[in-house]
Parts: sequence; C-alpha cells; structure tokens
Amino acid sequence: MLGKRSIKTTAKQQGIKLAVSMLDLTTLEGADTPGKVRHLCAKAVCPAPTMPEIPSCAAVCVYPSLIGVVREALEGTGVHAASVATAFPSGQASLEVKLRDTEEAVAAGAEEIDMVISREAFLAGDDTRVMEEIVRVKEACGDAHLKVIIETAELGSYDHVRHASMLSMEAGADFVKTSTGKAASGATPGVTLVMLEAIRDYMDRSGRAVGMKAAGGVSTSKAALHRLVLVKETLGDEWLTPDRFRIGASSLLNDLLMQYQKTQTGRYARPEDFSKE
Amino acid sequence: MTETRTRIVWDYAPAPESPDHVRLRDSYGLFIGGEFVDPLDGTRVASINPATEEVVAEVAFAGAQDVSRAVQAARSAQPGWAALTGLERGKYLFRIARLIQERARELAIVESMDGGKPVRESRDVDVPLAAAHFFHYAGWADKLSYGVGGRSVEPLGVAAQIVPWNFPLLMAAWKLAPALACGNTAVLKPAETTPVTALLLAEICQEAELPEGVVSIIPGDGATGAALVREPDIDKVAFTGSTSVGKNIQAALAGRGVSLTLELGGKSANVVFEDAALDQAVEGIVNGIFFNQGHVCCAGSRLLIQESVADAVVAKLWERMGRLRVGDPLDKNTDVGAINSREQLERIEELVESGEGEGAVRRTVACELPSRGFWFAPTIFTDVAPAHRIAVEEIFGPVVSVMTFRTQAEAIEKANNSAYGLAAGIWTDKGSKAFEVASALQAGVVWQNTYNHFDPSAAFGGYKESGFGREGGPAGLRPYLRVVP
Repeated sequence: MLGKRSIKTTAKQQGIKLAVSMLDLTTLEGADTPGKVRHLCAKAVCPAPTMPEIPSCAAVCVYPSLIGVVREALEGTGVHAASVATAFPSGQASLEVKLRDTEEAVAAGAEEIDMVISREAFLAGDDTRVMEEIVRVKEACGDAHLKVIIETAELGSYDHVRHASMLSMEAGADFVKTSTGKAASGATPGVTLVMLEAIRDYMDRSGRAVGMKAAGGVSTSKAALHRLVLVKETLGDEWLTPDRFRIGASSLLNDLLMQYQKTQTGRYARPEDFSKE
Repeated sequence: MTETRTRIVWDYAPAPESPDHVRLRDSYGLFIGGEFVDPLDGTRVASINPATEEVVAEVAFAGAQDVSRAVQAARSAQPGWAALTGLERGKYLFRIARLIQERARELAIVESMDGGKPVRESRDVDVPLAAAHFFHYAGWADKLSYGVGGRSVEPLGVAAQIVPWNFPLLMAAWKLAPALACGNTAVLKPAETTPVTALLLAEICQEAELPEGVVSIIPGDGATGAALVREPDIDKVAFTGSTSVGKNIQAALAGRGVSLTLELGGKSANVVFEDAALDQAVEGIVNGIFFNQGHVCCAGSRLLIQESVADAVVAKLWERMGRLRVGDPLDKNTDVGAINSREQLERIEELVESGEGEGAVRRTVACELPSRGFWFAPTIFTDVAPAHRIAVEEIFGPVVSVMTFRTQAEAIEKANNSAYGLAAGIWTDKGSKAFEVASALQAGVVWQNTYNHFDPSAAFGGYKESGFGREGGPAGLRPYLRVVP
C-alpha cells in the first residue's frame, strides 16, 4: 500500500524541497581533497542558484580528516558539519581507536558524528559490547549529535535490523542510520520501514524521539519521495523535518533538482544543467 | 540542530485517475447470442456511481423471456463449443485474457466508478487477477483429464452463473474461465448494482470472436437470478453471494439433477498470536478488513488476538487506521472508497448500532467524508463478546470486531465457533504452531502471515454455511466436469 502512493504536482514539488532539506550531502572517498569538499559545501548551502526556493541541505558528511575544511566552509550557513568516525566503515578496531577517532572529529569541528556499530560483536550475540561502545562514543561526542549506523546489509534479517535499532536507541543514539553506503545494499524500503517502526515503538515506550537516516541506495527522486511516504505514514508529520529524518546520498541531489526543474518547465533537464558538486 | 528553518509542509496532492478516455455507451442491452439486444420483457435501469450518485450507464435488466432466450442460446452453442479441441477453446480464453490486459486501465476505472472501490485495488488486484484466471484456465483447456486424476471427462452443458457486486469483473472471470475451459457454455448474471464491467467483458468476448451463444451476459436483480436458476434447460448453477439466497437456490434445485456450487458469506477469523511480527500482522489486519471497504466474503472481520498482546495490537491498529485515506475511489492514493450502495450502507449502520447497543466499544476514524455518495469510515469494536451480533453476523463493511483469547486451544475453539467457514488468518512466527492451528480450523482457506491473498492456481471455497465447491486451480475444474466411468 505504502509503496504505491502517487506523488504528483504540488506534492512532488514540496516533497522534493523537503528531501533536499533533509539531505546529508556525502563524499566518502579516498580521493577526497579539500578542494572537492569545499565545492560540495557550496553546493549544500545553495543547491541550485537558478532556483532560490530550493532550500539548503541539512549537512555535509565527510571523513574526519576533512571535517575542518567543512566546518570552515559552512560557518554561519546553518548547514551542519558531519563526520563519520569509529573506524568507518567496518568498525573493526579497538574501542580506544574508535573513541580517539570520534574525539578528533569533534575537536576538528564535527557537529554530527556518524558511527558504525560493531557488527562483529552484534552477530556474535554480544549485545552488551555493542551498547557499551555506543554509550562510550556518545560520551566522546559531547554536544555533537550521534547517528548510529547499523549497516543493515550485514545483519541478515529484519529481526536483526529491529534489534540493532533498539540497542542503539537504548544506548543513547540521537539517530539510527541504515548503512555506510559501502555495503551491497542500503536503505531498502523494507529496512527503512522496520527501523521507523522500531523508532515509533521506542518513542511509545520511552517518550524519547529518535531520528532516522536512510543512507545508501536512495539515488532517485522517486526513491526519496517513497522513503518520505514511509516516514509520513509510520511516524507522522512530526518526523518530516531534518531534525528527525535525513537522507544520506551523493548523486540524489542532482536528480531531485532535475525533477524539480521538470515540474517548473515541463521539460526534463540535462545532467549538465547542474554542477556535479 | 538548534536554529529553526522554515518548516516544509508536505501532503499528497490529489492524484485522480482520469476517466476521460473511457468510452461508455449511454445504454447497454443484454448480451445474448453474441450481440447486444433489447430486452423482450425486461426493464432499463440506471447503474449508479456510489461515490457521486451519478449515473454510470443505463443497463437493460433481463425479464423471464430474456432469461429463457439466453439459456436457449447457450444450449444451441454448447455442442459446437464442446466439440472444439481443448487447444482451440484455450486459444479463445487466451485471447480474452490478453484483451482484458489491453483494456486494463479502462476496466479498472469503470470498476471503481460503478462499484466505489479504490482504483489502486481495481488496477492492482481485480483486473490483473481477472486476466490471470483466464490465462490459468486457458492452460487447463487441453489438459482437463490431468486435473481429475487421469479420468475421462465431459462438460456438464449449460452453466447458469450468478455473481455478486463486490468484485464484479473478477467474479465473472472466476465463473466463466473454468466453465468455458471445460466445454460448457454459460449464462452469467452480474449483480444489480454493478453490471457495467461485465458488459465490457461481453464486448471483449465479441472482440475475441468467441462463437455466438457461448457466453451470454444478462444483468438483472434478484428476480432475474431466481428465473435463471428455475430455467429447465440448465445443467449447472454456480452462485456467489449471500447465504440466504444460496439456501433458496439449493431448495429450488432440489431433485432436478442440476449440479450446484455455492460460495456464500463468511465471518472469518483472523488470529494473532503473541509471537507474531505485530507490525506485519497489523498490515494484514488492515488488508483483511478494509480491503474493498470490507465488501469481501472472506474478510477477516473477527479479529482474535492473544490477550498478552491485545492492547499493543489494538493500539497499533488504531493508529494505522487513522492514517488510512478515505475518499474519492478514482484517486490513486485512496485506501478506502465508497460503500457499494445505499442499501448496503444501511445494513452496515444497522449492525454497527446493534454492536453499540449490545455494549461493545466502538471507535470510528474521524475523517472527512464526501457529502454525496455512500460512505462509512473505518471502525473497530473492542470488548466484543462472542454472542454479540457483530461477532456472529456478516457486516460486509469496514468494521472489525476484536475478541481476545488466552491459549491456542481457545483460539481454535473461538475461530470455529461460527456458522460460516470460508477463510481464516494465522499470525505467528512459529511454523509448527501455524500448521497445527491451520489443520484444526474449519475454513476453506487459511492464510499464514498474510491475508486476502488470491491466486488463480489456489482453490477457494467454504465449509459449513459458507458453501461448497471450489474455484481456482485444478479443483476449480471439477464442478464443471462430469467424470466418465
């Protein structure tokens, strides 16, 4: 039922603007340079100079080594500086290394930390260690917001996705996030729905509102809008804000812009109408 | 995340399916002997769109002479049809199936206009399944004896078929496809309030160049149906509808040597165990009772929840119900459409009032309903006792009655405590429990961790007062064949 909502005309325009405002514009490559990251920051602040009604993205997400560049570029813009941490993407390192990684990112100006859970501990059944790590990383974050990546593609079942989401929330996550973007699949409709339901049930039980970030595999406007449908009809309109829902993506933004321009002009835009970064 | 930005409000814009390309005639005759003819002694009646109360088309209703004429046409066509090889009959059925697919969009829109069901359902369920049934039985036409254990078979002759208003096109397909595959000819009577898609199917039979008289389609009311089953020259009656009419038909056929299958009412139990995936179960409950406004003979209208999770499931269900979108059936985002007729709306209202009167707790979703047309918002009853009318009688509307149980044995006992036995649902993640309960339930169909799931290869039919005979799959051939000794 929810996979089949028809989003047209004004709903499409508003939905695209909303999706842009929720976007964590991301680059996580070995070849990232300060120059590329600065370009990306400019794009996040003003995604389409020809269409001023398009809002800024929510954040720019990079590796810790580049977070200083991001912070400087985004100063005063309202767009947040986000850094992955904790031996991203595999999480295969000691807790000390993960904490140090986090502290450095925060010290360099990260306002948001995207950590990975230890799938190695989770799949071995060691829930205590999974939670302990999250609690410690959360402490290391200080005022920075913590998004906990459960890497759904490596968990193997919806039961595990739900359980990992619950552990993360119990341990203090501000957001639960689907994926690193480095695994075989990402924020499929199924895992997105399961995590939203977990957030709703946790909210009912504890009264604490936790956000969600869908990352990986959401690369078209259609996919993004359908994720928003899931949010709207599971958690409701209160979650349709960048404070409660994010989309992590790199190529999605230009597709959103192209689709938006089409609703204005009636013609499909060319990819070269918008800058890559 | 401290600074506030302008909040972007997001709601769905109307997404109506346009009926502009639909070319309905102003008036339809009776389809007899391969052409549309004026009624001899029938009437002409306007078919109403229950969402707007506007006229969809004027339709001829058959009188007694018209019924006889249709049966005679079927009788004269039958030997020639049966003499064709199965392969040739199958080709006609394939052709009909493909034409249904070609005209799918039109059929879906007309089905929603004439019956009030959401176009998402007619588009994604009714029409594709109707085509699938013709495809399925087209494949059986040259393999009939494989469907009955290798025995030799022959057709029964002329089949009189009466279908209900809840799935007009789909039920016509369920009836016609196996009858024709087996070499029978058919006279089909669509329901009084929803005859239009059956008449489009008649057009499709013409386009498919089906031999004259193999299918006749004669709309009409109860009197037409009563005349049809009393025609002397029929060999088979297949009826889907209410239990009371089914009993009348069975009485009328007594001693006449006419074969009969009945698919009647239901009060199906949807049983949720504490070890179920509850969110998935809630989706299944919604699909079980609000699909097609609950106008479904196998609707999961008795919801049995294990006491330990009852409050949680009801809370989730109520929240989910609040998000259902009720309104214009032609809007692609509508979940619950219009009630099929004023008469049905009154019946639902009467039963719901009785539920309140008997002390059950009623909650109805507060949603804006259109000012014209027939509407009933999704409703849940809790604190229902098994003796209440709303726990016993078929409501045939978007109303679910919730009861609880403590143990597996109690669940089985309560589920079987019904005059009906059409379908049931079981929600549990434990396989052994699912199989044990399924085999103890007196129901023709038992769904596990799903509901209202239909497939042409699966047999469908009832126990007890829900009728007898099966439709769908190889079992659906048997009611249209005589096994030759």
